[in-house]
Amino acid sequence: MSEMLQAIFSTSFAYSVLRVTTPLLFAALGGLVSDLAGVINIGLEGMMLAGAFAGVVVSAFTHSAFLGLVAAVASGVLMALILGYFSLKLKTDIILAGIALNLFASGGTVFLLYLVAHDKGVSTSLASKVLPQVTIPILDKIPVLGPIFSGHNVLVYVAMIAAVVVWYYLYRTPAGLRLRAVGENPNAADSVGISVHRVQFTALIISGILSGFGGAHLSMGYVSWFARDMTAGRGFIGLAAEALGGRTPVGTVLASVFFGIADALSNYLQSLSIPSEFIQAVPYALTVIALAVYARQQTRKRARLAKLSQNPEKKAA
Amino acid sequence: MDVLLEMKGIEKIYPNGVVANQGVDFSVAPGEIHALVGENGAGKTTLMKILFGLEQPEGGTITYKGKPLHIASPHVAIANGIGMVHQHFMLVPSLSIAENVVLGLEPKRGLSFDWKAAVSQTEELAARYNLPVNPTARVQDVPVGTRQKVEILKALMRGAELLVLDEPTAVLTPQETTELFAALKKLKSQGHTIIFISHKLREVKEISDRVTVMRAGRLIGVTDTATATERDISRMMVGRDVVLHVDKPPTTPGDAVLRVEGVRYVADTGKEVVKGVSFEVRAGEVLGIAGVEGNGQRELVEILTGLRKPSAGRVIAAGKNVTGKDCRAVRQAGVGHIPEDRMTHGVAGLGTIEENLIADRYDSKALNPRFLLSLKSVSELGKKLVKEFDIRTQSPKTPVKMLSGGNIQKVVVAREFSANPKLIVANQPTRGVDVGATEFIHKKLLENCAEGAGVLLISADLNEVMSLSHRLAVMYGGEIVAVFPNADEVTEEELGLYMLGVKRMKLAAGSEAS
Amino acid sequence: MKKEHVFEVVRSLVAILLAMLLGFIVTYLVSKQPGEAFQSFLTGPFTSPRRFGNLIEAAIPLTFTGLAVSMAFQAAQFNIGAEGQFFFGATAATIVGITVPAPGWLHPILALAVGGVAGAFVGWIPGVLKARWGASELVSSLMLNYVFFRVGMYLINYHYRDTTAGAMVSLPLKETSWLTQFLPPTRIHYGIFVAILAVIFTYLFLYRSRWGYALRMTGLNLPFANYSGINTTSVITYSQVISGVVAGIGGAVEMLGIYHRFQWLALPGYGFDGIIVAILARNNPLGIPLAALFLAYLRTGADIMARTTDVSAEMITVIQAVMILLVTAQAFLAGWKHRIVVKEAKQSV
Repeated sequence: MSEMLQAIFSTSFAYSVLRVTTPLLFAALGGLVSDLAGVINIGLEGMMLAGAFAGVVVSAFTHSAFLGLVAAVASGVLMALILGYFSLKLKTDIILAGIALNLFASGGTVFLLYLVAHDKGVSTSLASKVLPQVTIPILDKIPVLGPIFSGHNVLVYVAMIAAVVVWYYLYRTPAGLRLRAVGENPNAADSVGISVHRVQFTALIISGILSGFGGAHLSMGYVSWFARDMTAGRGFIGLAAEALGGRTPVGTVLASVFFGIADALSNYLQSLSIPSEFIQAVPYALTVIALAVYARQQTRKRARLAKLSQNPEKKAA
Repeated sequence: MDVLLEMKGIEKIYPNGVVANQGVDFSVAPGEIHALVGENGAGKTTLMKILFGLEQPEGGTITYKGKPLHIASPHVAIANGIGMVHQHFMLVPSLSIAENVVLGLEPKRGLSFDWKAAVSQTEELAARYNLPVNPTARVQDVPVGTRQKVEILKALMRGAELLVLDEPTAVLTPQETTELFAALKKLKSQGHTIIFISHKLREVKEISDRVTVMRAGRLIGVTDTATATERDISRMMVGRDVVLHVDKPPTTPGDAVLRVEGVRYVADTGKEVVKGVSFEVRAGEVLGIAGVEGNGQRELVEILTGLRKPSAGRVIAAGKNVTGKDCRAVRQAGVGHIPEDRMTHGVAGLGTIEENLIADRYDSKALNPRFLLSLKSVSELGKKLVKEFDIRTQSPKTPVKMLSGGNIQKVVVAREFSANPKLIVANQPTRGVDVGATEFIHKKLLENCAEGAGVLLISADLNEVMSLSHRLAVMYGGEIVAVFPNADEVTEEELGLYMLGVKRMKLAAGSEAS
Repeated sequence: MKKEHVFEVVRSLVAILLAMLLGFIVTYLVSKQPGEAFQSFLTGPFTSPRRFGNLIEAAIPLTFTGLAVSMAFQAAQFNIGAEGQFFFGATAATIVGITVPAPGWLHPILALAVGGVAGAFVGWIPGVLKARWGASELVSSLMLNYVFFRVGMYLINYHYRDTTAGAMVSLPLKETSWLTQFLPPTRIHYGIFVAILAVIFTYLFLYRSRWGYALRMTGLNLPFANYSGINTTSVITYSQVISGVVAGIGGAVEMLGIYHRFQWLALPGYGFDGIIVAILARNNPLGIPLAALFLAYLRTGADIMARTTDVSAEMITVIQAVMILLVTAQAFLAGWKHRIVVKEAKQSV
């Protein structure tokens, strides 16, 4: 037990929390943007997977981590375009389309992996690149904070910046106002000449960009190879974090960190002698519990809002 | 005469096969207030949606300011100075009024949204057109009348010269309607042209210069308002004189089938929306509750029928205490309910007529003679009710959503009445229903009443509530503010005063309306 | 109406053909032997009794998960958890198969029943969370897949693992629990009759019973069902529970009929396949076996293609994804449909 506590209260644990939170945060922010625009993105998982795969393959063939990252983001966007085309233009149910996208990415990456690496499991035969690690001057000299915050791969910092940018975009720009309007009442947006499809497409593309970053972090930072289905549900956890965070940027960040801690914890406890299966189930079980608790509060809140909008006279009377 | 807008030969067929417009010609002169009238389903709204680019016609041309115009989307309409205020407001409830007004035309400072400019622009516009609003209030917190002003401001913000108002008074109190008309006249004097959709002839007479009448998707005629009488216009609308009076058999009420005692309801917001309502409905009588919508009627009805639990008070239906019980228990006590919104509560649109007719008795012994549902019994019941309630359909196995509004309402009525209820709670039973079906539903309601059922009728349609009820009550601000033991002795004007809260009776607590 | 029905069928067929065409194009681009690949993919399942048997065997679990998903769909609920229910049903049946001594006729029945109960439990959780608090069954059932995958793996690895075997597998199931493979050389087993019973049961339940009626009305319009006096809270719960039972029995059947010892190291994916089966069958229980056979045909063909040529079987996953996208695309070919409707309407005016 003391061994466990020691592990948890170490700087290396906090460091690993940041590391495992990053892909969750990317996914959660992507989920947040599309959710607020009224398009629930179940396909985050597939978008990340495509990003992770493209990053590895392109960096291996071009010998450039940067081009790999560009390819990861581009493939996230490509997946978003597919999702958008089917759900918005061809009116496929967005959830089914998301599921299909995940299947597509899961099967497609293995299919392509076999073509390029002649292996259906991992890409270790490819000499792929990893993203550079960033040592932050001054900060890295400070005890405790230095070992926690410095020396991560570049995407960890990109994720932190992305959280701020997403907040600014959603709440301080005209585009963000339109996005929220589209999500809350698409007819209202449509009636003033805002193209609902364009806004939702944009939201999905932002989702795709963020997922692409998340995928690149997994295969080019977290580890240095691609493995089949390596996202392992992180896209879904991101979605849950966004819901748990009350569909706000701040809440989403906090929930992502919370899930990140759970994830890091399971990695740590696994090295002790507790059956790893249970530990691995913990983040998912926590999500279900959190979801239930959250949904309970949320339905009450929603019922209240619905009543308000149905009976506006009440307020005035 | 000058022509601002000319729509010629407009055809519109919806994907479900409903023909909404057939060769409609429609023209508007600059600077006039033009009323577009017709019954529900006459195709007025569709025609205006085509004008605003929300629907694409299968045929026809639009000429605006002398030039042909293809209106592919609302964007095109707005760019050409056409604005529309929809029947269901197109507002974003959680955003402020200013944000709603500038949405799509947001002022910027650098990359950011300029909130201060949005507020000042809204204030200026409101002052110029005499449509006062508080720009920083959230839309979800303001009354309907204000929301409508926001809608008009939105259109004006976009430089609308031709303004389309789709049944703007449907949700307004008489006072708000007066305010609206004053604002419209001011807009007209400033050179705006207005198309005003309505089926309230009095309003049409008051506000419009010309009237275009539509019926069943076709143009019937255009006339100067000043030279036509209400009766003329109504004849054009329905093709015959409207029956304004219902023959109501005299009644000798029996025992109370509904006793409501001090019912209160506090909404989650903490606001009390039903404030201690008490009354009785006796067997064989119709008690009408008049009132402007949103004065607690919906909550009261939902409490009486089991859709909502009261915060305090008792509900005794057919001798059983059903306070806080669910719909099933209330139904078992013998209560039938015609809900306010038939597509939400009244039917499952994708279900067949048969399936909708058995919804309240699907688990009865009669339909489940052995372990399984008897398809034969279901089908027999369906055939019988379709015939008895004159539901116009090819087959009882047709999905309900393929029927017209009136026939859908007949499906609801058939199910509710055929259960032989001791009490019928009818909330807006003929809203959006054609004249034929309205008459039929009224007739059936009175028949059931004559056979001994008690009827609680809630309607915002004064004509309906006055002509059907034996006794009348008025609800205002969550309370019963007036009771008239003999409905025939009340005038519309007098009711109006109570409905608007100008007058209220002194009623003994606990014995109101009993 | 008639023409609309025909249209729906034609649209689905076009969607399926397009998805397969895409698969062929990809094969053509990547393969050195595209002709052979096409041939083994399309005709492979019919080239030997054993391969044809593979097709039938593969259709059995797909039928179960397809029924499970369609049951939930009919109640307007998602069941993405069929995956976990199937897996946990298989786990539970494995334990019964290993540990319980029972005569040959009783043992499989017992194992199937316990598998069904296990699936029911997994389905009950999202059902009750949704019914009570409106928690999205989509997310909860999805997460539970991973939870019960881990729980199942723990049970097998720590309690029923065959330590003498080289791989991570469970002890063998007692032979008394097996569903007999009665058509050698194929592995077609008695589970096929359980599947047929499940189809009949689901059909009767949905269309001929009062509970199925309540379930369908809840699915069509929840406020309406509430208003009609249907207890929608319990409907939502039991739709997920029964869905779980069917998926759980499916997992048990697979274990008792084919594997005879637990050897999965990852979720086998039948739950997600069930979604496409349900979509292809338009949630009609009687269409489920046909859709399952079709998917099994594609699967078997892809496996044979992967074994005999240089194209990997994952291509079929991509084809399935495209099928979901196109078959459920409301606006796909909608212009054509609109023209049919307009023409009909004009004729009747």
